[in-house]
Formats: sequence, structure tokens, C-alpha cells
Amino acid sequence: MTTTPRWRALTQHHLFWPVAVLVALLLINVPFTPDFFSIRMTDGHLYGSLVSIVLFGSPLILVAVGMTLVIATGGIDLSVGAVVAITGALTCSYISDQADQSALSAVLLAMGIGLLAAVVCGLWNGFLVARMGIQPIIATLIIMVAGRGVAQLITDGQIITINSEPYKLIGGGYWLTLPFSIFVVAAVVAVTVALTRRTALGLLVESVGGNAEASRLVGIRSLRIKIMVYVFCALCAGIAGLMISSNTSAADGNNAGLWIELDAILAVVIGGTSLLGGRFSIGGTVVGALVIQTLTTTIYTIGVPTQTNLVFKAAVVIVVCLLQSPKFRAKVFGARFGSGSGAKGSGTPAATPADTTPTTAAAPKMEVS
Amino acid sequence: MLNRRNFLTAAVGVAAATGLAACAKEDDSSSSTSGSGGSKKLVLGFSQVGSESGWRSANTDSVKEAAKEAGYTLKFSDAQQKQENQISAIRSYITQGVDVIAFSPVVVTGWDAVLKEAKAKKIPVVLTDRSVETSDESLFVTLVGSDFTDEGRRAAKILEKVLEKAGHKGPVKIAQLEGTTGAAPAIERAKGFKEVMDADHADDWKIVVSQTGDFTRAGGKQVMAAFLQSNPDIDVLFAHNDDMGIGAIQAIEAAGKKPGKDILIVTVDGVKDGFIAMSEGKINAIVECNPLLGPQLMEVVQKVKDGETVERWIKTKESDFMQDQAKAALPTRKY
Repeated sequence: MTTTPRWRALTQHHLFWPVAVLVALLLINVPFTPDFFSIRMTDGHLYGSLVSIVLFGSPLILVAVGMTLVIATGGIDLSVGAVVAITGALTCSYISDQADQSALSAVLLAMGIGLLAAVVCGLWNGFLVARMGIQPIIATLIIMVAGRGVAQLITDGQIITINSEPYKLIGGGYWLTLPFSIFVVAAVVAVTVALTRRTALGLLVESVGGNAEASRLVGIRSLRIKIMVYVFCALCAGIAGLMISSNTSAADGNNAGLWIELDAILAVVIGGTSLLGGRFSIGGTVVGALVIQTLTTTIYTIGVPTQTNLVFKAAVVIVVCLLQSPKFRAKVFGARFGSGSGAKGSGTPAATPADTTPTTAAAPKMEVS
Repeated sequence: MLNRRNFLTAAVGVAAATGLAACAKEDDSSSSTSGSGGSKKLVLGFSQVGSESGWRSANTDSVKEAAKEAGYTLKFSDAQQKQENQISAIRSYITQGVDVIAFSPVVVTGWDAVLKEAKAKKIPVVLTDRSVETSDESLFVTLVGSDFTDEGRRAAKILEKVLEKAGHKGPVKIAQLEGTTGAAPAIERAKGFKEVMDADHADDWKIVVSQTGDFTRAGGKQVMAAFLQSNPDIDVLFAHNDDMGIGAIQAIEAAGKKPGKDILIVTVDGVKDGFIAMSEGKINAIVECNPLLGPQLMEVVQKVKDGETVERWIKTKESDFMQDQAKAALPTRKY
């Protein structure tokens, strides 16, 4: 009864529920770890739970941002975990062959090689999806399965340990007292937001996701857009691969980025991007990735027994997904929270009202083959 | 609505992709040993867990080399940490009619069905490295591998020495980094450690936090970072393998503490990187878990094939290492 228009607008903002869940998760930690929010200086850098969450969550944010654009075109990229492994493996094996592992030029070259491999993977995915018309889930499954084998081939099945100060910076180092990876993530997110929201690119991506054929008929090069988003996604995964291998100063072909594709898809969904394509929210994805990383950290700090980890995680994810559903909110909290489903989407341009989404989304599915 | 053509494409794609995966993983090393006489060679089907660590790769190499030396045809497959892959590999060995099947189970339970199929075809099964829980003991012949429970006990015993050497007095707060949930080494190392702890140190030792780090460096690092937040006064870290220990060391250093001094570290395995960390003073003691069981396995396989009776459990030879032995032992580490 105390609902003011401002409160109403707030709860109907597309970021409200993801942020609310993130805050709730953070608060759960306080009774278990009283100084959860405290941040102190250690060895010339900031240290604390919040810093850890951002540091360990950086690779996931990157992968999820790339995934967002792919999903916005109605696609999906399952190969990101394998790309993470390949990039880390190539980069670390090149660095480990150097006489001076700390030579900056060698490290930069190694990173270039790794990222180039990631881009090649992205081009392959884009080629299969856009040119060959193969369904994205199948096209990207190829690299998901084979790519990890390639990574193990590069590392010879071993964990390659390197000792390179400059390389350590990107995923495990600090700059201006903050983890360096925060700056990388901020840069990538800023560039992505600028490109998609300050130019027409985001609109084109959403239009391809809404209806690829109609987009083509109005003169949008939808094939080119699709290839571009897969390359971008792979590039993001590649940078994440550099971070993950740099964080532990080791390339682990078998475990690096294992299942990160699923976490990334989850982050995208929690952030409010529809898997049907046609609209996306980069901000939502970043919040979604932070929710997942916070959840992981929470499990560790509140002492959930190992055997029940996944159950706990699943329960939280179910709650988050239910909260995201306007229908569920309308049923449980009354029409006040639920009715704004159409307005919820209006935060992003080219959004379709929720009730018409199924019909528009069914259209592109029909003409992919 | 999904139209039929789409569905068909998808189905064919899945089939092609899984087929591709299966081909990539099968590794038949028979060609290297072919031409060694007219007699029919013994065919051994071996399903490995994966290649999650240096320890595992050493284990794989040892099995491959020993099979080559013994002149067996080895059919090798890598399960990539998935039980379903392992079951399908074992099934394919049964279909191919190999002489003996050996495998390192990914997890402890869920093997009865596939082992019964092997038994029905009269193919003896030898477990390596890890054991399984089954309702019918006759489903496998023997286990060649380490006694993980004993490794846990040894870890607790060596921790006593480490504490004494460090001059630690009073209660001991222990953090435990467990292996993959449900895996035998994780369950049994924890059990053995707790056994000794409950028997000899019920009053002064306490495991304050315990969580899985999935046997990986990244896992160990992330979990340890969270531990240090929730329990900043941890005295001892017991990691179920070296890799998690190495990850944890990085987290401890990031928290501004000295691994091996502020927090005493005991790990299991003894991979090369673990020994390097120990020689740098960052790990206090390592309980060895020897992966080089190839020769022992081949001996057993021959005996089983010849119908000889073998012991139910053939244990691998292992030792413990303290920090002062690290430098001397480092050059001899093969893995």
C-alpha cells in the first residue's frame, strides 16, 4: 500500500531482481564471516572477500559477456570452455619454451598466439553456424569436445607450470592496489557496451536474433553479424583463458574452464537476456556472473558440506530463475510486482513485450535450415 | 515448433560429434608392438580416469610403457573424468573381447551393471589405483593401487612431526582441501586422517573447515582464499593432493601470509611441482602416492590370464618426505 511510483519503477527495472539476489547472497555471508565486507591492504594491494569475488569471477564475466551477444542472435556457444583451455595451453607452452620467461616481448607474443587461436575457433564456429546453417548447439559442440583434446595435446597431458612475472599480472597480479583483471574486464565491458549501445551494432545484433531472414531482407548482413559475434565470444573466452592460466601460473588442459560454458549461460539468463534471442543486457550479464561467483564463494565460506554443494547451488539458482519470471512474481507477490513484464524489457531497445515473444522467436527457428 | 528437417540435422550432428570424440579418445598402441612373433598377444583394455594432473599422466605413461615392454596389445581410452565415458569404454572392450580389462574408476559406486556384463563374458577385471564399492566381490579380481586410507593416516602421523619441528604448541586448527567429491582418494584420505586425529589428538586437533578443491590448482586457490576469509586463524592445511596445495599456497601468499611457516602444509601425491614447492619451504611434508604401477599391473594381468590366484589388494610401494629430504629427492622425481 506504500508503493510509490518510484519504488514501482525500481522493481520493474530489468536489473532489479539480479541485483537484489546478489545483495541477498552477499548479506548471507555476514553472520558466518563477520568481516565479510572489510577490505584491507596486504603487501601493497587490497585484500578481502569482495576483492576475491571479483578476481575469481573475472574470467566468468568475460566469457558471459561474449556469450550474451551470441545468445542475443538466437545462438549459443558451448565451445568457450575448450577455447579457454586451448588459449591457456598455447600461451603457457610458448612461454615455458623461452629461455627468459619474464621477457615482456615473448609474453606478449605468446598471448597474441593464444588469442589468435581463440579467434580461429570463433571463425570456425561462425562459419559453421552462419555459412553452413548448422544449429549453433551442434556447431559449437564440435570444439567443446575436440578442443579440450587439442589443449591436452598441446600440454602433452601435463600441467605446464611457468614462472613469468609479466604474465602473472593479467590474471593474478595487482595494479593500483586492485587486481589487474578488474581493469581488463572493465575495458572489455566498456568497449562492448559502447559498441552495442552507442552505435547501431547492438540493434543489428538484436534484429538478427529477432528474425534473421527479415533482417537480411531489410539489408542487414545477418551472416556477417553472426560470424562477428562468435568471433567476439571466442576472443572473450581467450582472454578469460589467459586470466585463468595466469592466475595459477599454470596451464591445465584438462580442467581449465571446465563447465564454464554452463556457468556463462546461467549468468546470461540470470542477467535477464532471453535464450530465444532478440534482446540482451550486458549489465545484467555482469551482475549474473557476479551472482554465480558470489554463490560459489558463499558455499566455501559458510561451510556447506561438500556433498551438498551442488544441491545448495541448484536451490539458489531455482529461486533466482523463479524471481526472474514475471508470471511467478505475479502469482506469489501479487500483480504489483508481476504485471510489469512488458516494462521490464523496455530497459533494452528493440525489446518485444513478453507476451508476443514466443511468436516472434518461433519465426527464426523455422528458417534456419 | 521444431520442424523435422532441423531435428534430423541436429541428430546427425550429435552423432557425428560424439563419433568424432570417440575416435579421438581411442588410442590403440598395438602398432608399436606388432610383429613380435606368431603367438597371439595378450590384449589388455585399459580405461584411464583422465589426465587431470601430473600424477595421472605419469600413471598413464607407466601403464603404456609397461604394456609395451611386456609385449601386450594395449587398448587405451581416456574417460575425461566421466563415469559414462568409462562405462562405454569398458563395454566396448567387452564387445571387442579383450583378454583382461583394467581401469581406474572415476567414482566409487555405480559399476555393478557393467562389471556383471564383463563377468558374463568371462573377462577378468583388474582395478588400478582406485577401488569400487560393489555388492558382489567376485566382479573384480584384484586392485593394484595405493591404500588411500593409510595415506590419510600417514599424513596425520607426519603432521605430528611437522608440528613438533615447527615448535607449535596448543590447539591446532586444520583446514582440509578435499579431492573430487565421491572419489575414493578423497573419501579415504579424509577417513584415514580423521581416524588418527580422533584416536590420538581428539582434544587438541580440530578440522575447522573442509571443502572440495576438485584436485585442481584453480580449485585449491579459490577455496583456500575463501577459507582464509572465514577462518583467518588456520594453523595447518591438509590438501588431498599437491596441485590443490600449490593453488592454496598462492592464495595464502596473496593474503600476506607465509606458506610453510604461518600455515603448515601437508599434501599427498609427491608430484615434481610439489617437491619444488617443498624445496622452497612452502610445503612442510608430502605423503607419497606412487603412480608408477605399470610393471606391477602387467605382472598381475599375466597371472590373472594364466588363471593363477592373486591377492585381493596389491599395494604400491610408497614413502613419506619431510622438508629436509626435498632437495635430495627432487632430481629423482619422474612425474
